[in-house]
Order: sequence, then C-alpha cells, then structure tokens
Amino acid sequence: MLTYIGRRVLLMVPVLFAISVVAFVIIQLPPGDYLSTIVSQLRARGDVIDEAELAQLTARYGLNDPIFVQYLKWITQILFHGDFGMSFAWNRPVSSLLAERLPLTVLLSVTTLLFTWIVAFPIGVYSAVRQYSVGDYVATTFGFLGLAIPEFLIALVLMWIGLRYFGQSVGGLFSPEFQEAPWNLGKLLDLLAHLWVPILVLGMGGTAGLIRVLRANLLDELHKPYVVAARARGMPERRLTVRYPLRVALNPFVSTVGWVLPGLVSGEVIVAQVLNLPTAGPLLLAALKGQDMYLAGSVILVVSVLTVIGTLISDILLAWLDPRVRMRYR
Amino acid sequence: MNQIPQTRQIVGSGGTTTPAVAGTVSGSPGAAPDAAEEPLLRIGGLKTHFFTSEGVLRAVDGIDLEVAKGRTLCVVGESGCGKSITARSILQLVDRPGRITEGSILWRPDATSGWVDLADLDAHGEGIRRVRGAEIGMVFQEPMASLSPMYTVGDQLIEAIQLHASISKADARERAINQLRRVGIPQPERRIDAYPFQLSGGMCQRVMIAIALSCDPSLLIADEPTTALDVTTQARILDLLKDLQEQTGMAVIFITHDLGVVAEIADDVTVMYLGKVVEHGSVTEIFTAPKHPYTQALLRSIPTVRGSSERQRLATIRGMVPHPQNRPPGCPFHTRCEHAIAGLCDTTDPPPIRFTSGHVSQCHLYGTDGELKPSTSKAGTAPVHDSAGGTASGGVVDSAPVRGSAHSAATTRPRQRPNASATVKPLLEVRDLAMHFPIKRGVLGRTSGAIRAVDGVDLTIWPGETLGLVGESGCGKTTVGRCLARVLAPTSGHIHYQTSSGETVDLARMSNRELKPYRREIRVIFQDPFSSLNPRMTLLQLVGEPLKTNELATGSVLQDRVAEMLRRVGLRPEYMHRYPHAFSGGERQRINIARALITNPRVVIADEAVSALDVSVRAQILNLLADLQDEFNLTYLFISHDLSVIEHLCERVTVMYLGQIVETARTASLYSTPHHPYTEALLNAVPLPDPGHRRGRHRHALPDDLPDPANPPPGCLFHTRCPYARPERCDFEVPALRTTVDDHVAACHFSENFSLTSTAGAKGSAGSTPRLE
Amino acid sequence: MTVQTPESPTGSTHEAGVAVAPQWKLVWWGFRRHRLATLGMVITAVIYLAAIFAEFLAPYSSSHYNPDYAYAPPQRLHLLDDGKFGLYVYGYKATQDRETLAQTWATDERKKVPVSFFAKGEPYKMFGLIPGDIHLIAPSAGGGSAPMYLLGADSNGHDLLSRIIHGARVSMSVGLIGVAMAFMLGIVLGGISGFFGGVVDTAIQRGVEFFMSIPTLPLWLGLAAAVPAGWGPLQRYFAVTVILSMIAWTHLARVVRSRFLSLREEDFVTAARIDGASRPRIIFRHMLPSFSSYLIASLTLSIPGMILAETSLSFLGLGLQAPVVSWGVLLQEAQNIRAIATAPWLLLPGGLVVATVLAMNFLGDGLRDAADPYKH
Repeated sequence: MLTYIGRRVLLMVPVLFAISVVAFVIIQLPPGDYLSTIVSQLRARGDVIDEAELAQLTARYGLNDPIFVQYLKWITQILFHGDFGMSFAWNRPVSSLLAERLPLTVLLSVTTLLFTWIVAFPIGVYSAVRQYSVGDYVATTFGFLGLAIPEFLIALVLMWIGLRYFGQSVGGLFSPEFQEAPWNLGKLLDLLAHLWVPILVLGMGGTAGLIRVLRANLLDELHKPYVVAARARGMPERRLTVRYPLRVALNPFVSTVGWVLPGLVSGEVIVAQVLNLPTAGPLLLAALKGQDMYLAGSVILVVSVLTVIGTLISDILLAWLDPRVRMRYR
Repeated sequence: MNQIPQTRQIVGSGGTTTPAVAGTVSGSPGAAPDAAEEPLLRIGGLKTHFFTSEGVLRAVDGIDLEVAKGRTLCVVGESGCGKSITARSILQLVDRPGRITEGSILWRPDATSGWVDLADLDAHGEGIRRVRGAEIGMVFQEPMASLSPMYTVGDQLIEAIQLHASISKADARERAINQLRRVGIPQPERRIDAYPFQLSGGMCQRVMIAIALSCDPSLLIADEPTTALDVTTQARILDLLKDLQEQTGMAVIFITHDLGVVAEIADDVTVMYLGKVVEHGSVTEIFTAPKHPYTQALLRSIPTVRGSSERQRLATIRGMVPHPQNRPPGCPFHTRCEHAIAGLCDTTDPPPIRFTSGHVSQCHLYGTDGELKPSTSKAGTAPVHDSAGGTASGGVVDSAPVRGSAHSAATTRPRQRPNASATVKPLLEVRDLAMHFPIKRGVLGRTSGAIRAVDGVDLTIWPGETLGLVGESGCGKTTVGRCLARVLAPTSGHIHYQTSSGETVDLARMSNRELKPYRREIRVIFQDPFSSLNPRMTLLQLVGEPLKTNELATGSVLQDRVAEMLRRVGLRPEYMHRYPHAFSGGERQRINIARALITNPRVVIADEAVSALDVSVRAQILNLLADLQDEFNLTYLFISHDLSVIEHLCERVTVMYLGQIVETARTASLYSTPHHPYTEALLNAVPLPDPGHRRGRHRHALPDDLPDPANPPPGCLFHTRCPYARPERCDFEVPALRTTVDDHVAACHFSENFSLTSTAGAKGSAGSTPRLE
Repeated sequence: MTVQTPESPTGSTHEAGVAVAPQWKLVWWGFRRHRLATLGMVITAVIYLAAIFAEFLAPYSSSHYNPDYAYAPPQRLHLLDDGKFGLYVYGYKATQDRETLAQTWATDERKKVPVSFFAKGEPYKMFGLIPGDIHLIAPSAGGGSAPMYLLGADSNGHDLLSRIIHGARVSMSVGLIGVAMAFMLGIVLGGISGFFGGVVDTAIQRGVEFFMSIPTLPLWLGLAAAVPAGWGPLQRYFAVTVILSMIAWTHLARVVRSRFLSLREEDFVTAARIDGASRPRIIFRHMLPSFSSYLIASLTLSIPGMILAETSLSFLGLGLQAPVVSWGVLLQEAQNIRAIATAPWLLLPGGLVVATVLAMNFLGDGLRDAADPYKH
C-alpha cells in the first residue's frame, strides 16, 4: 500500500510540472509583458514612473531574461516564498487574494462532492436493484436532465423562482450584515443557510452523472457469476447486494472523483459568477477579462493543483478499497 | 480391432505415487441403486421458460429427474440443451426473464423429514435460503469468476460457514482452514488470506468446493466444474469430488458435456436434448446399451481409437442443435434422427419406454415392451439395424457404439508412416525457434523480463502428414502455430520451408513483402468461429479475400472458385451473398476452412479448430478435415489441448510443456508408451468414455500449479511437478531432446530407465507401476 | 463418402433478408427499436434543418431591432379573425412608470397586426449566396411597421424567435466543427497510439491523461481570454471552436485507441494478414468499418458537451461576442436577475440548449447500443 502511494505521488510530479508550464504560458499569452501593462496603466493615470522601482521589478520577474529563466524565477518564488506575483487590478499580492477566496472554494467543492455522493449513492443503488420500476424511471430521467442542463441555467432559474415566488435573492454566501463581519457562530449559520443553493446547483450535474455510472456498473455486477455463487450458498438478498456487487460497483464510484472534481471546479467558476459568490471563480473571470494575468495564471495553477491532489486522494481510496489495485503494486 | 481402451492396472503397493487414500478405484460403476435408498430429490415435469422480447424460450420443458442418496447423477447434453438451467432451477437461481412455470422439485434431505417442494418456495425467501448452501451445495463452471475479487477466499469461506452455523468467527476460521486442507489446498493457513486472483483456476475450484461443502450438504450440484480447467487439473478435481463423496455420503448432480467425464464418475446418467430428457439409465446401461438414437449418435461421434493404428471416420449426427426458440414439434430430435418416422415423430411427443427398472428412454421406435417396433422398418425410413451396423442385440442399433460401425469401418484410412527416406525432404523444418514476450512494468513501460512463450523448439513436418501439437494452456503451442504462420515474428530461430520448386527458404526472418508468395501456401484455421470471420463481409468477400489480395482471381472466375469451395466444404453456393451472422458455429468453421483452402495451400495450421464446437458438430468437421486432406494432399499441423482429437487425426504427435518440446513420436507409440513423465501424466488424466475402464484415482496426479513462465525453474522444466524427479540431477541439469527408440524423441534424463505406461498391456510394460529400474 | 450438407441455416430466426443484410441495415433495425433515440434523431434533424434554413424560417434578420419595443412580451398568434381563418397578433400598448421609468407592456386589442405565411419581408441572402425576401412567417407587407414578437423581445427590441433561429446556426455548427476538429486530433493520435503501441503509445497516453486531469473550464477560459480583442467575428468563431475541441479530443483519442488495440488482436484481422492483405487494406477494409459505428456514436455523444461548453463560454462573455448570435450570446442578456425578472422569456435559448443536448444524448445512446449488431 505504501509503495503504491509512493509511486502515485511520484507520478504526480510531471503532471504538476506540466500544469505549472501551462499556467505560465497563459500568463505570457497576452501581448506585452506585465511591466508594460503597469507602465501604461500608470501613464494613463498620469503618475510619475519611478525608474528605480521599474528596474527592481524587471529584475524581480526577470523580464529581460530568456523565457525559461523567467519561468524558473516565477516558479521558485511560488514554491519557496509563496509569492505568486502582484495583481495590478487589485494592486495587492496575488497570494493574499487567494488566501481570501480559496478556502471558500475548497469548502464549496468538498461539500458539493460529499452531497453528490450522499444523494447519488442510494438513488443509483435503488435504480439498479429495482430496474424498470417507477423509481428507476424517475432517477433515469433525472440523470438525463442533470446532464443536459448547464449549471448556470439551473442557477438562473433558481434565482428567478426565488425572486418571483419568494421575493428574495438567493445569491451570495453571506447576508449583507455578515459580509464584512469577523467569523462567529452567527456568520457560520448564515453561511450554512446560503450554502445549499450553490451546492444544489453545482451538485446537480455530478449527481446525475454518478447515478448513471453507479446504475450501469451495478447492473453489470448484479448478474456476475460470483453473485449467483453467493446466492447459491444461502446469502440473504440484502446482505448479498451490499457485500458483493455493490462493493465492486463502488470502485468506479470512488474513481469518478477524477472527473467529478474538475467538473465541479469548472462549474463553480460559472455558477459563482451567476450567484455572486465570494470564491475563486469570479476572481479568475475578472482577472481574465481585465488581462490581470498573474492573478489569472495563479488561480488556474492553484485550482488545477487542487484537482490533481483530489484525484490522488481518490486513487489512494480506490487502492484501499480494491485489493486488485493494491496487489498490482506489491 | 484394437480400439478398446486397455485396462489400466491399479497401482500396486510400494509404488512411488500410491496415494494414502483408501479405495483407489471406485466400486463397480452403475450398480443398481439400493432398493431401500429413497431419493433425495425428485423433479417432476419441471418447466423453466424465458420470457424474452422475441418470444418464449422453453429452455427446460418438462423434465423428470431423481437423485438418490450417495449416488452421482450426470446430466449430459450439448450446449443449449437446458442442463445448466435445470441445475439452477433446483436452487431457484434462474435470473429474469426466466422462471419456473410448471412442475415440482421435491426435496427431502433425510428420510425422516417430509418432502419440500423447492419450486414452490419464494426465490428471495427464507425457505429456499436455508436449503441453499446448507442442504444443497453448488459449484460452477468459472471458478475464478465465481469468487468475489474483493474479499479473500477465507472471508468468503468463513461467511458461508457462519451463514448456516452459529459459531464464533475464530471457530469458523478454524473450520475454514480445515476445510481448505480437506480439499487439498497446500498451506491452508497461508492461503486462507489470499485473494482469488492470486490463485490458479484449479485452486479456485477447490475453494469453491470447500465453500459448497462447508455445511455438509446432502447434495452437491456441480455445473461443468472442470470444463474451464486443464486436463490434469480436471483429473485431480474429479478425484477430489469422489474422495469427498466417499467420506460424506453426499449425492452429486454433475452437469457436463464431456462423455469421458460421465463414464468416469457417474452412477446414473440423464441425457438431455433441447430441454427434454431423452434417456435415463445407469452408466453401464447408457454406455453399453443406449436406446435413444441421440444417445447412440453422441456416443459414436466421440473420437476414441486409443491404441489403433488406423484413422477412422467418425459417425456424425446431421445438422446441428436448433435454437430452443425453434424447437421442432413432436420428438425434438426428429429433424436430425436417422430413424425418424414421418407422421409420428414430427407430430407426437414420444412416450417414455422403460427397459429396465432404471433405464427409460423417450422414443417412438420402441413398443411399450421395450422391443423395437416392427413397423419402423416398414415406415419408409432407414432400417435401424443397418444404419448403425454391428450386431443388434436386444432390439436397437449397436450395443457398443464406441466400437464404431460398419460403414465407418469401410472408410478406415491407414495411418501414413511419415516418410523419412532420403528422397523426401521435410516440408517445414523448425530449428531452435524462440518467441519471448517482454513484460512491461511501470508507467514508462520498461522491460523488466520476458515470458518465454516458446523457447528453443525444433519441429519437422513431412509432406502429407498430420502432426499434432498438444499441451496444456500456456505451454506455447498456439504461439508456435502463430510463428509458423508468421503472424508473429519469432525472437530467434529458423523456419525452413521447402517451396514447391524444391528450394528451401527461411520464413523466420522474412519481411511482410517477402512472405507474400508463401502466405497462400501456408494457411491457418482459427479456433473461434465467431471472431475469426469479419462480420461485415459476405461469404463471397470472406472466402474470396485471399484470392483478391494475392491477385489470383477476379470477377466471375473468383465467384466460381468461391462457389466450388463452398460446395466442397458442405455449404450451398447460393449462400455466398450472406453474412456470417446467418450461420451457426459449425457452419462458420466450414467457412473458415473454405477460406483457408481456397488458395490451394500446401500446409494448413489448425489451431484448436474444433475446440469451440459441440460433440456432434465436431465430428462433422473432423471428418471434413480428413476428407480434404486426402483430396488436396494437404499437410496439417493440428494444435489442440484435446488428446483424443489429436489421437484421432494425427500421425505424429509433439507434446509441449512451458514453451519447450518434451516428446515427439508416432501417435500409436506415444499413446501406448510415452517416454516423458509429463506425457504420461497427460494421458493418465484423460477420462475415457468407457465406464468399464475408469482411470485409477490419484495415479500420477500432477500438482496443480504451473511454474511462472517468466521465471522458469532451473534444470528440467518439469521437475517441480514430476513424480519421478531425482533432485540431484533433474533440478540442475537441462535434459536434451534425444531419440529413445526408432523415431521416438523425448527430453527426460531417465526415459529409458522408466517403464512409463499410460495403458497397461502395451508392449514392454508388464509391471505398470512407474518405477526407476 | 460425400460430406453431409449441414442443415439450411434459413431457420425461422434467420429470414433470408437478415442473412444478406449488411451492417448498416442491422444497425438501423436495431436503432429503430429505441423509441427515445428515434425521437432524439427527429428533434436533432429538425434543429439542424432550422439552422440551415435560418434566413427563411426566421421572421427577421438577427440584427433587426426596434428599441421602442425593449422587453416586449411574447404575443399570442391568433388563427381566427371574426370566425374566418386569418392570422394576426395584437399590438402593444406601453406605459411608463413616471418614477422608475420602467416600461410595462399590455396587449392592445384594438390594434391587429396581420401576419401571413411566406410573407415578403426583410431581404436576405440564403447561405450568403441566394438572395431572397420570403419568410416562412412574418407580418404581412400591408400591415405597416408594427413588429411581431412571437417569443418576446430583448433589451434592444431584437426579436427573440429570429435570434434563436439564427443562433442555432452558430451553436450547432460550433458543436459540429469542434467535434470534427477533435475527431481529427483524436483519430490521428489515438490511431497512432493504438496502431504502433510501445513507446509512442505510452507517450501519447500520458499526454491524454495529463489533459484529462486539468479542470477544463479554467483552461479554456485562460485560452479564450488570450484571444486578441481585435479579432473579427469569424476569427473569433474559429478560435473558440479550436479551444472547445480541446475538451473532446482526449476522450475520442481514448476511444479510438482502445478500439484499435482490441481490433488489432481480433482473429479476423489476423486472418486478413494471413490472407496477404496489405496494411492499408487491413486498416481501411477490415478495421475502420468495424469501428465506424462506434465512432459515429461517440461523435454524436461529444457534440452536446461542445454545445454546452460554447454556451457557457459565451455566457461568461469569453466566447463568441455580439454581433455574432449564438444561444450562449443570447443568454448573456439573462445574466442579471433584474433582466430575468422583467423578461423571463430571455431564458428560452437555455431551454433550447437543454432540448438539443437531451435529444443528441438520446440519439447517441441509441446509436451506441445499436452500433454492434453482432454481439449476442
């Protein structure tokens, strides 16, 4: 098991490297460099440009160096100093912006993932065990709808319903009075009261997908010879289903983290924009629109790394669940 | 004629392999059941139907069965006859859309309790659950797939024990270990924590048996338990079942399609055809005095010529088993029966006719007294006696059909002696052929070793002969065939081929382009009649493909040649515009043969060409292959794991083990006096379709596990399993392949010192006990 | 002794028609049995037809607008005029709140706007080539300048129906072209990977896995944001399509590769090699036909994802931009809650996205199930 984890972690290194390169490329993509943007910005405001500061910044980002040196400087700053550069739109270090927004993003993604599992699991099992029942048809229909409706549309419709029939706005994560307040019990409760809407919106697609996957897998497993064999030795039906086919059908369930998580993060960007959530999504969007590339690149980098870590956790979980995976790396 | 299998002598005391278990040979087979012995299970008029969107499929359609305490009932039949569904119906294990529609399954585990009708119980209820596993155990065909990969075998065994006995986990584990020991699993304390995928197929089947017997059931249902296993493993599993039956006194229902296995273990036999029982009787009655034309035909169609020096045509059953959805009315067999009476067999269900107290058959040919009806020969059908030939004793046909029939004897073909004279050069000469497959590890696909699928093989194939290549799964026989056909590029070695103009070329190193002219001279017939035909091409395109790609014929010439070839292999030329999906397995194999032969090849490599076919169809194809060989003067390399098929067809046989050749000899010589312990073990493991000559139990039984082909043992490859191995030499020294007598070649240090025999009575083996002299 | 002729295979299960039916026929027979899939196919076909003949079907061009009618609600189409057949809609009556300046709309029953089929209207060039001015349905020429908003109007007084029909052309073609590009990339890389195997395969597979582990949306967002603002609508359209095709190709590459790998081992491919067939013949005559049906099914199932992605990108303002009209661009109008509250019909393009995606999913599922008519 430890060997497996070791191997798996080692495998992550090239992936992480590749991600950092992609993020760096995105930062470099817009014409002109970081400094020229600042300079033009300052000029536009009519400020005086401090030549010494300019020189210092040039050295800091290595703007006159070849591109790979620039990359090295950028990545070593991140790795060893946690310095992601400056956001000129906010005029603050990117790291402080991330520190503000990321925890909520992670919280939202993780709770949505858990929500997805908790809802999809019983429905998927029911749908497979009672194939062609009314419940199965409902679940299958829901599965199709969840796949077909874009998240932001659900959010829009929810908002419209909230406004039209309940006369309230369902956006945001906090009520106005708690927006700037320090953390306390009241703020926490307020957060929970607001959290369900984005979770519902974000979780819909993933839940639908998971129900489909679980149902299909379980249906495959239900007729495997080992199930018949277990039944032939007198195993009660319910226990049989849980211990044998379900146990195998769980594997793909766990490994879906690999695609549910990137999907969640992607969905989060749009939904957060619509629902006006204080998470990383709107930050990224604004940064991209304003060509605030250090911020944008950093958000992409961090979010991608988090996804990769999530996939790692799911792979380890899978190895723990499935002896076949575990033994292969003995 | 010398076709009857020779009696195998019982291993005497003092033999090196004499097992400790008492009773090496079971009591006289087929003895009438004790009159006092009440049946445990009594199936009456059982019907299990499948309700599919295409209509009702009557998989089991009104069968009666009885199993008495301590007896073994074999249910035998070709695929699709409903034998597995019958077995599953007993425990209510038939999945939707199938269900039991009619009939009773009366069950009484001991004489004191009352009858329970299992067919009446709720399939998901408590009642049937208490019978499953506790009173009736079941073993399945695919041992690996029948165990969940998510739990250790111990988990699954302990669970089975605790389901029906309220004992603590520790006690259950103790019992589980004992149970594993009982089924012959070495080191059960360690193996109990193994996962199924870490064990071999044979080991898994032992675990399945351990689970099935964990609660001492009164009846064990074994559904083709040895079909997926190698022949040596099968022998050991059969031995185990017989031992356990002796110990516990349980009854066994054994489902199989293999008549050899039936003869080996059955007390009683039920023959099924298309969801109905056609004949039931004791094993001796069925094998010596079969009554139903189907039973007779089945028995005639199995190749058994052990010890014969001639090749005979096999008797065949015409056509094939129809799909259960198109079951013919009346007697289901009438469409294929030589004796069918028009207006009777095709309209009316035949009545059961009782011949002896336990021998019943359903056939219109007999009167209620069990005598052949005089009217049958007048009814315009072939007289029953003549068609089967031989002496008709007591009514029908041939009382010992195994011995062949008059018409088949007429077509006996003398086995050619491979002509090794100086004037004839070998057609194919393989020298030191090796094929290693690298093992890839890790994400980067580094090569961390090699599986030596074929490692230093020498073969000589003479023109016009049939060479058999035999061995268990994983021995490399298929790889040799693929190298010769140059589907694979061998790692090293030579394949010298003598062209039609007389020069010799080495195929081993040729490029695809250079190979092209030889591709039409060396052809292949594949094993799987389904995957080997491109389903998107018509017969014309399929069979014509080699002509087209080699630019041998086009247009109407091509069409004519295809038509002629189809006619030659027994298919109607009008079908040439049909696609393969319109044909059955046997017909597809004919298409494969047509495609192989359309280029007028000189060598045909048949890789397990009949293994996927049912007994009756297999006989048709074997006959066809033999006829075509004579007609086109073909040379065959016939690859098979089935020793009886090899013996039937081949003049010489080569035995492979772990990628190397261990023995080559003329068929008769090899089958009567093998010179390698492995060959002997193989031959001993094959059950003969003759209940009078059962295999000695535990004789030369090989340990189950094959060594890892990526890491073969040093010295003689076989020493890890060899009963005669002498560690001081065999463990270190690689035995060379050398000539022992005449053209008999074997790779064993001690071939001359052994008197290895598969069958006693053959020359020079007076004392059949294997021993060193 | 002659060889026995086996029984005729023409049992009742194998009608002669089935026996000589080629693959596509078997697939079609299998497909027809799925009712949902057939329905999906019909809907998909209707939408694509609408996209093709947008100029004719839409009452107006996509740029036609009338700011006087901002947020005008949908009108009911009346069929009977005084007991006789006659198409018309009622006109609008606008009232403006003095304080908020918000406009509210009411139906003016006194004003009838006559409508007719095949009416002469705004001139257009079909496919940019064939000039014409006949619209399937439009206000009659004689009815003055009063507009018709069957599905309502947006903030600028664009006719939503016309815009949706014109938007279908862009949204549906983005899906098609994007999948085509992804398919090229996927089939080339997957084919190379599957055919050659070994190191090439390993390298390509690692690349694919890497692409799959990145959350896609931030990546496209980054790339889309990098598209220079100065690019024209056509350039932008292609840039966005290229970016979108980057989602689908990984999946397609995997499908192609795994099919190729399993086909390479199939006995009938080996048989073709032994027959002496050349490599191109093996690939094009034996292998490709075997997975073309799978490919078509996979492609069909990839298009909805593409449509959704385009909608999302455009919705966020990073994809296509006005004056190009796509369903995503139309949904930008519905981005703020205030607009939705005043004009809920602005969500209609979203409904169309859902309907299309559902239909294509059904179609793809049906194709996939019918793709292999030979399995038992």
